[in-house]
Amino acid sequence: MTSSLMHMHQAGNGRRVAVVAGCRSPFCKSATELKDVSAVDLGKHAVVELVHRANLSGKHVDEIYFGQVVPSALTPNIAREVSLLPQFPADIPAASVNRACASANTAIALGHDQIVLGHADVVIAGGAESLSDIPILHSRRFSELLVNVSKAKTPAQRLKLLSAFRPKDLIPVSPAIAEPSTGETMGQSAEKMAKINGITRAAQDEFALRSHLLAHKGMEDGRLAAEIAPVFLPESGEPVERDNGVRADASLEQMAQLKPVFDKKYGTVTAANASPLTDGAAAVLLMSEEAARSLGYEPLAFIRSYAVAALDPSDQLLMGPAIAVPEALDRAGIPFGELGLVEMHEAFASQVLSNIQALESQRWAEERLGRSEPVGQVNWDTLNVMGGSIAIGHPFGATGARITTTLANEMKRRDVQFGLISVCAQGGMGFAMVLERS
Amino acid sequence: MGAFTVEMRGGIARLEFNLQGEPINKITRDVRDELEDVLGQLATDTTIQAVVLISGKPDTFIAGADIDEFVALETREEAHDLVRQGQALVNRIERLGKPVIAAIHGACLGGGLEAALACTYRIATDHPKTSLGLPEVQLGIIPAAGGCQRLPRLIGVRAALDMILAGKQVPARRAFRSGIVDELVHPAMLEQVAFEAAERLATGWKPKRGRRDAASLALDKNPLGRRVVFTTAKNQLLKKTGGHYPAPEAALQAVRHGLRHGLQAGLDMEAAFFAELAVHEVSRNLVQIFFATTALKKDPGVEGAAPEPKPVANLGIVGAGFMGSGIGATAVRKAGVDVRLRDTDLRRVGQGLRGARRILKDHLKRRRITKHEYRRLERLLSGGTDWGGFGRADLVIEAVFEDLDVKQQVMKAVEEQVRDDCIIASNTSTIPIARIAEVVERPERVLGMHYFSPVEKMPLLEVIVTDRTAPWVTVSAVAFGREMGKTVIVVQDRPGFWVNRILGPYLMEVEHLLREGVTVETLDKAMMKFGFPVGPVTLLDEIGLDVVQKASRVLHQAFGERMQPSRGIERMTQDGRLGRKNGRGFYRYEGGKRREVDETAYEIIEAEPSSRVPRDDVSRRLVYMMLNEAARALDEGVVRSARDGDIGAIFGIGFPPFRGGPLRYLDDVGAHKAVDTLDELAEKYGDRFAPCPRLSRMATERLRFHPTT
Repeated sequence: MTSSLMHMHQAGNGRRVAVVAGCRSPFCKSATELKDVSAVDLGKHAVVELVHRANLSGKHVDEIYFGQVVPSALTPNIAREVSLLPQFPADIPAASVNRACASANTAIALGHDQIVLGHADVVIAGGAESLSDIPILHSRRFSELLVNVSKAKTPAQRLKLLSAFRPKDLIPVSPAIAEPSTGETMGQSAEKMAKINGITRAAQDEFALRSHLLAHKGMEDGRLAAEIAPVFLPESGEPVERDNGVRADASLEQMAQLKPVFDKKYGTVTAANASPLTDGAAAVLLMSEEAARSLGYEPLAFIRSYAVAALDPSDQLLMGPAIAVPEALDRAGIPFGELGLVEMHEAFASQVLSNIQALESQRWAEERLGRSEPVGQVNWDTLNVMGGSIAIGHPFGATGARITTTLANEMKRRDVQFGLISVCAQGGMGFAMVLERS
Repeated sequence: MGAFTVEMRGGIARLEFNLQGEPINKITRDVRDELEDVLGQLATDTTIQAVVLISGKPDTFIAGADIDEFVALETREEAHDLVRQGQALVNRIERLGKPVIAAIHGACLGGGLEAALACTYRIATDHPKTSLGLPEVQLGIIPAAGGCQRLPRLIGVRAALDMILAGKQVPARRAFRSGIVDELVHPAMLEQVAFEAAERLATGWKPKRGRRDAASLALDKNPLGRRVVFTTAKNQLLKKTGGHYPAPEAALQAVRHGLRHGLQAGLDMEAAFFAELAVHEVSRNLVQIFFATTALKKDPGVEGAAPEPKPVANLGIVGAGFMGSGIGATAVRKAGVDVRLRDTDLRRVGQGLRGARRILKDHLKRRRITKHEYRRLERLLSGGTDWGGFGRADLVIEAVFEDLDVKQQVMKAVEEQVRDDCIIASNTSTIPIARIAEVVERPERVLGMHYFSPVEKMPLLEVIVTDRTAPWVTVSAVAFGREMGKTVIVVQDRPGFWVNRILGPYLMEVEHLLREGVTVETLDKAMMKFGFPVGPVTLLDEIGLDVVQKASRVLHQAFGERMQPSRGIERMTQDGRLGRKNGRGFYRYEGGKRREVDETAYEIIEAEPSSRVPRDDVSRRLVYMMLNEAARALDEGVVRSARDGDIGAIFGIGFPPFRGGPLRYLDDVGAHKAVDTLDELAEKYGDRFAPCPRLSRMATERLRFHPTT
């Protein structure tokens, strides 16, 4: 890189933030192996393992940020639960963050900022999700009834209130993965994007197959396995050590047999080319460059820049990355072509392919970014080299930390200078981050 | 001097007990005299309507009577005088003519609780440091300042006997539940609540008591029910003590007598029993054990100026088997350290962690920890097949398979992972530590930490040092063992260390006896009668015959002819009999419970049960094998003192505490008599009984192991 470009990305007071280590639980489809482990426990597990694997002393940690998208009503601040682990002193402040599927990325970005600002030297950032343990709510009417009954002063009042009870009040309300602003579900959005951008069923299935085969390879050759800390189940003590969504035997023929879920007649999005509901947790260890050096750590990579973008959810919901990526690259001061590795979160094959299309598109550049040139040409040999969320799974709050860990490790293995993360998120948001090796 | 200060607040006197020059409040002769005077003034001063008794110490209310004063007692008459004075003082509180309120924060034990029981009203703080109890029987005496009288009257016979006969302390919350204290408050409110209660009581208010459950009421309130309670208690007691401990039986009788014939009769009996027990040798021995364990708690483990122990915050354990998980759970529970369990197989790691969690869950079930504490502690247990976490370990304990090669490999691997200042310990029970340490680059940081199974229950830890172990390593291991709640003795790296060394000849004698035709039952009964908690054959099954076999080979190798390994045990293991662990040993086992003797075992060891051997000899042969070896090992310097040797035998083997340990027992018998016995046994049964040189020398010079007390 030229020195002028190097100069451009210098933000704040010039403190560089190192990604020192990362690890995660196995990712398991919800309601399977990890169903009895809560999100908080998964998060604690990932962080305890991170502490051990990095041989970290808890007293060095300054702050903890943790992402969770569907928190339990009983432990709404997962980050504080994690920072109260006995491995840490009790005085580590912590905040939970929710930027949907980019929550852990946001946790990492917040940690980065605190370090750059000089507020912290060592931060743990990550996220967790258990979709086996989502809050099921009472109907509004029933909740109101219960609140009023508890406020009632006399038994007579209580009885009167209770007489208003109707059996149908008991029908529970469970949250759907839908946009509150539009009512459109995530799958419907993906379906819409496939149609608008002309992403075929075959292209989506092929992309999903690639995800499975590469993830399987990463698992077998140990690269993916290296970032997984086995979970021992609470009752039986049995170890869970692998992601259970990865299919070594996946084939296009099998995938072709699946019916589209969101548009039965003309749809192309199926269970096979979308990421599954998943339980899991992941965490990364961030340090200022000086702290890493003085504590004797060799960083995997450094954070060079990041960017967040948002668009109107009634538009193409999951196109945020195609806006955030060029912004992050500008802030990093490098063109797309300098990227040696790219990790794109795979919510849906149609979403990844739509975003790639946009990044390579002249029209997208002109109309949406106000640029004369396309962002860049995606090199398929360096994209999601160990598969992605379609195969590995996607615990909403954790994925960002999983991707950061995977990218940083692989950048070190391949000795790549620049790497990119892109994640789409609910609400029409996108997140991008550029990592570099010195 | 002045241990008491009185301060007036309105009509209420605040009587503070703060014994100068001592960290805790205890009742000494001077304290008694002073309190007598103060109480006299409080009684006559008509402006005083009530008294609040409170401690000026941070963590003690009153810890009890002065033990030194008690130890100095030489005759029954002296003891009787002492206890009568105590009783008079406590009676004085009860009959002060105005309400006395005990405001209890911290330890309230023995005479302290007896004084509190004589008060009109008791308020305790809901604080972990506040505990109440009558621990007298643990020192071979009984609560004799009215404790055997007032406690059953307050909380019922059954609950009172539970406390008195076991001598255990109860936390404030439990004391409140059983009715010993009337109110439970936050420490910040103690004084305020006490004064409010004092004012209420001064104006005639009577506290309502009697929240005992229906079952105990039914039993306590009628003579028949009481008889049932007493009979059951006595039977349970005898089962537990084997009749070797007179104190709990005396306490039981004093409680019963007092309830039948009134407070004064009860006090008279308390005094009479106390006088007798206080100078009895059982109490003398128990007190010496108390002193020895207290001294051991302060002993750094090395001679001369000791370096500061290095604190352990992170513990690595290699080997996730039964020992590994027991050590892990205990370290987490007692020392609060972060434990990383490592094994080569992930499933074993999982089972090890599960085993450790189960131990914690058991504590939860017994309400020793809360649900929240459990969740926190559980998080201190983690593990894997990699060496993650070992780089941050302050201490690593290996608990892998008992094999020199395996242990050496582990040592080498551990050394590659850990920091230079990390201590590496082996939990071997037989292999010389120096051999294990041969392969490492820094042998000065290697030592043995020999835990006993099950780790969470067994109170002893042998810390084994080699010639090269650095003093800072020794003191750190000793300090950590203590943090784990263990009584720690430092032992030299000689085969069998201390406990297995003296246990070996004892267990080997079992086989001689069996093959001579003595039955399993006879052997076990003989040693239970001597005072061991289990007989030697049961012990063999418990330890595991394979383990015994391994240990006896090591001892044979080291000591030759004198410690012939037993062929019988070898045959038993060849037959697949490993003892309790696989349900087949000298006994039969069903569903984890021991059943009758397995008669087929005799055949396997080629024995024909009859009983030609005189019964007296059975007991003497077993015991003297151990005594002789203890004297010999002490002479070799295996333990640092006779004190450590006795404590090791009592806490590690269950040598009868009332006999004070093998060396004190030899002192009581007299070296010359012991030598005579050994000579006689050697003549009858073989040279292995020949008295060791140390004993012979002591016999001729009339020496003792312990100074006379």
